[in-house]
Amino acid sequence: MARRMATSPAMDAVEPAIAPIAARGPSWDGRLTVLVLFLPPALLLFTLFVVVPIGEAAWYSGFNWNGFGRPTNWIGLDNYRFVFQTRAFWLALRNNGLIIAVSLLVQLPLALTLALMLAERFRGAVALRMLFFMPYILAEIATGLIFSFVYDGDYGLVASVWRAFGSEAPHLLASTDTAMLAVLIVIVWKYFGFHMMLFIAALQSLDKSLIEAARIDGATRSQTLRHVVIPLLYPTIRLSVFFAIIGSLQLFDLVMPLTRGGPADSSNTMVSFLYNNGISRMRVGYGSAIGVILFMTCVTFAFSYKRWFMRDE
Amino acid sequence: MRLLRKLGLAATAWLLAQGAAMADTTVKWLHIEVNPAQVKIWEEVARAYEASHPGVKIEMQFLENEAYKAKLPTILQSKDRPNIIYSWSGGVLKAQIEADVLDDITDQVKGYSDTLTPAALAAFSRDGRVYGLPTALSQVGFLYNKELMAKANVDPASIKTWDDLLAAVKTLKAAGVTPIVVGGADKWPLHFYWTHLAVRIGGKPAFDAALRGENGGFAGETFQKSGELFKQLVDLQPFQNGFLGFKNPQAVGYFGDGKAAMTLAISSVYHLQRALAADKVGLGEDKIGWFDFPVVPGGKGAPSDTLGGITGWLVTKGSPKEAVDFLKYFVSKDVQTRLAAGNYIVPVVKGAEVGLNNAFMKRIADNLAKSNYHQNFYDQSLGPSVGRVVNDVTAEIAGGSMSPQDAAKAIEAAWKQGN
Repeated sequence: MARRMATSPAMDAVEPAIAPIAARGPSWDGRLTVLVLFLPPALLLFTLFVVVPIGEAAWYSGFNWNGFGRPTNWIGLDNYRFVFQTRAFWLALRNNGLIIAVSLLVQLPLALTLALMLAERFRGAVALRMLFFMPYILAEIATGLIFSFVYDGDYGLVASVWRAFGSEAPHLLASTDTAMLAVLIVIVWKYFGFHMMLFIAALQSLDKSLIEAARIDGATRSQTLRHVVIPLLYPTIRLSVFFAIIGSLQLFDLVMPLTRGGPADSSNTMVSFLYNNGISRMRVGYGSAIGVILFMTCVTFAFSYKRWFMRDE
Repeated sequence: MRLLRKLGLAATAWLLAQGAAMADTTVKWLHIEVNPAQVKIWEEVARAYEASHPGVKIEMQFLENEAYKAKLPTILQSKDRPNIIYSWSGGVLKAQIEADVLDDITDQVKGYSDTLTPAALAAFSRDGRVYGLPTALSQVGFLYNKELMAKANVDPASIKTWDDLLAAVKTLKAAGVTPIVVGGADKWPLHFYWTHLAVRIGGKPAFDAALRGENGGFAGETFQKSGELFKQLVDLQPFQNGFLGFKNPQAVGYFGDGKAAMTLAISSVYHLQRALAADKVGLGEDKIGWFDFPVVPGGKGAPSDTLGGITGWLVTKGSPKEAVDFLKYFVSKDVQTRLAAGNYIVPVVKGAEVGLNNAFMKRIADNLAKSNYHQNFYDQSLGPSVGRVVNDVTAEIAGGSMSPQDAAKAIEAAWKQGN
């Protein structure tokens, strides 16, 4: 389900292709050929791998079904009721909220600050950029495993730091109070480099003459930053926020090797909740219901965000 | 005239059948075994079968445990499905039988099936029809580290009742020894406590009644009491630091490293701890011991009742008859004796226990032979959905985030919700 969300740009790709139909121009014949040739494959693939599975998930969510044979036991909206009655679902939703909050309030400012420092040319800038970008290149599962060793209360890095101060190390991932915090730290560590790179790219393509003009007019460094540079970065910031939120909603592969959503569901995200309760329990109907809820959340967010914040792009 | 035609048809059918038998047949065998030494023996067995049955090819396929469970429903409904698949019996098997994805092999194993331990065969039968063959049995009980027990002056032989265990935990703690190690992140190692207590408190009648929804089902007295007694243990903080973050292999390794006095584990851990210990040596035979799960005074379960696994193989719908034939060969006295000699299994074929050459394995086999009620793991017997709820709530009791009463109610609610 989560991966499917990533295809939403494909939807946008279809739109402009259809638009010219309304505006018939002199080149209509040529475009028709292009349409006839190029639209069907894309449309077919999109339907087959995006629309149909989503429809199927919605259909399955009405059944009490363990995945064997055809679903026959129609229970209407009961699966949705069960989901909303589950404490773990609300915990997962809260955790997704936390991830979004931390992404927006900690990760993005951190990425922006670093980008402002590293966008300029100085010795070692490129090396530092690479260093900060490195975590993003690592596979999520590998990152999760590495950090499960780092957090290990007996042998881990955190434990040895703790011991250096002479106290007994906590098992961060084993406590309901600290597990989510530990996961959040890994998330920030893993993804800030990606947003930093986005900002650096944007900063480097800024029109330098505007900044120079501000300087000539006597603006201080912080004034330039506040009134010129950051406003010019708004399109990138909006994009970054969009990626951060969608990524947060879909987070799964970091959580599994770290905590599997535990202890006592305290670090589940929506998707790991879906996996733990839908797939490993072979409750396909129930899992589909969670998937549909997640899908609706993502779609609602994506469309309203585009409508309100990314209208110009 | 009619007779002639019938004869003709029969002859044609016979010829066709002959033709089919002559053609090459591939039997696809999907397993989840991760122990390379055991897989090697299996492969040798498969090659030996091929050598004595020309035209038959045994193809081994592997999937990791969790991946196997998740993919199985899809695999079973594909055209390219494997012919022989792994099974823990229980609720998943029931669902598979109801979905009609398995072959009924009753007729093909007639006669042969008498060589198997009846209780093991019963786990793979339903309404008198056989759907698979068992291969191995296991028992859950306490393994202990002799040196650490001696250090704290605890005599393992004296731990007979649940209160004895609690007392031993207190003594061990006072002596500065970690009493028990458990892989709490995997949850199922914790569910052994709750479920074995239920086996001791209520015995078979309580479990059967709960399945029928009588006496309050799984929210009934037996299961609430199981949670309460488990909580008594949890309140002593008997487990290693951060036990909710330990996966089972880590916990087994921790025990093998000699860092904790006891672990409640499947009998196979006796040998597995060596491979998972940090030094790959672990605890030698002279340093490790076993005692059965303590009894609960006043409990309805017999002290000889056991909790453990019954594992085996199923034949999927539409498989060639060679699949069953190979299984009969695989679960034969010879092969079982060989696997028993390697300490991989407690055999299910009568007479194969002569292969057991290790005092510990013999003891487990003996326990299982004496047991009148061998309860399959709850997380298997109750099916994947309710089974996982049992795992979840026991982990929550252990973590202190759920009361024993709420835990029992949650299981009952899941059981009622079905699927």
